[in-house]
Amino acid sequence: MREVLRALINVFFKMPQGFMVTLKHVFKKPVTLDYPRQKKPMSPRYRGRHYLERYDDGSERCVCCGLCAAACPADAIYMEPEETANGERKAKVYEINLLRCIFCGFCEEACPEEAIFLGQDYEFSDFDRNSFIWRKEDMLVPHPRKENPLKRIIRRVRRVYGVPDAAR
Amino acid sequence: MLEMIIASSIKVVVVIVAVLTGCAYATYMERKVVAFMQHRIGPSYAGPYGLLQPIADAIKMAFKEDVVPDRVERITYALAPILAFVPSLLSFAVVPFSADFSLIGRQVTGVISDLNIGVLFVFAVTSLGVYGIILAGWSSGSKYSLMGGIRSSAQMISYEISYGLSIVGVILIANTLSMRQLVDQQDTILHWYIWKQPLGFLLYLTCAIAETNRLPFDLPEAESELVGGYHTEYSSFRFGMFFIGEYANMIAVSCVGTTLFFGGWHGPFLPAGLSVIWFLAKVFLFMFFYIWLRATFPRFRYDQLMNFGWKVLFPLSVLNLLVTGLIVLW
Repeated sequence: MREVLRALINVFFKMPQGFMVTLKHVFKKPVTLDYPRQKKPMSPRYRGRHYLERYDDGSERCVCCGLCAAACPADAIYMEPEETANGERKAKVYEINLLRCIFCGFCEEACPEEAIFLGQDYEFSDFDRNSFIWRKEDMLVPHPRKENPLKRIIRRVRRVYGVPDAAR
Repeated sequence: MLEMIIASSIKVVVVIVAVLTGCAYATYMERKVVAFMQHRIGPSYAGPYGLLQPIADAIKMAFKEDVVPDRVERITYALAPILAFVPSLLSFAVVPFSADFSLIGRQVTGVISDLNIGVLFVFAVTSLGVYGIILAGWSSGSKYSLMGGIRSSAQMISYEISYGLSIVGVILIANTLSMRQLVDQQDTILHWYIWKQPLGFLLYLTCAIAETNRLPFDLPEAESELVGGYHTEYSSFRFGMFFIGEYANMIAVSCVGTTLFFGGWHGPFLPAGLSVIWFLAKVFLFMFFYIWLRATFPRFRYDQLMNFGWKVLFPLSVLNLLVTGLIVLW
């Protein structure tokens, strides 16, 4: 008899409570993010793709010392140094194999010139293995003055308003 | 005579197209509703709000490779999906979809075939679906499929008894087996048979969910239990037929349930030609309840399931029959 009573209570009180729980969730806002139209911002310390930095005057920071290649646990970095016209040491060939790279950040920590950083980008899929070997030009940040896309516009605006050009 | 053949053929084509589209979009509805109940959005990428998702699924299924394992019994392997799929479609032949209305000068009845043993026909035909499952499980030539097929068919035949008995109460009150007359007798909301047979309705609902192998009775096809159960060795279009057969069965059971307990196509405000909208609304609510049930409860273990079918539902349906019979006599 007690089981019958318990069964009745289950069917008519407990089960509808269960149903209400699920129904309540229909009216709450879903937690899904509509990737790729909306992307979740990564934390500032996120280790994404590599960037080779420059000094303020536009020259590259990397002196091809080989410390990042030595620190890399996956042996993903390959470089060949050369002497430039100014007598400085720069990299002739600097390649990172992104398929070997484990994005650990050791190269960032090892670099004495603060030249290599791991940034926020993680979307670089491709169909061919060869396209994952990135050269120095693929990873260098844009030149602050020479490759600035707004520079021509700013110069034109300055000329129109008679403002003297900014010092080089 | 010719006019009847043409009219029936048109009705058959309309109903089959509607049912198949309904099955396809039932998959969409299921994914969306379960997703919203789980605090996420379902398919939203294929077409606006994911509305083209069933079409994408159908195309994917059509292009998949049809892998036939080596040890199958060829003839029954090919026959089984058909046997699982066709009986659910057959039961739509006697369901009254709408009131009789006139279209371009001719009287159109709202049912494809008004059998005077309509209810018996429906239950006889849905029992044939068990053949498809057990043949699929056996002919696949693999242990998991055999186990899944046997479990599933044992479940289905155990619940069929209570399934049949649960509606006998309605038939006793209505004094007819014809589906069309059952609907005609439920013309206002006070005359719906659910008020007169609440226990019968609950039994019907539970047994219907067990018949269609849906949660919480879906152990035979739960992926984590028996890989895929009886349809493990099927791929591409054959699997598609099982899948669509399951949804067609769900829709058939919902249609029969609305006819027997909720007054079929009756509803206020609409003229006779559009009363199919009320019917569809009720079936839609039934399907929503099916999906809501799936999103809410865990599944029965197999021994709990058989226990429930034989020791709880069968006595309850006999009790329902007894009480109804006594009331009708006096």
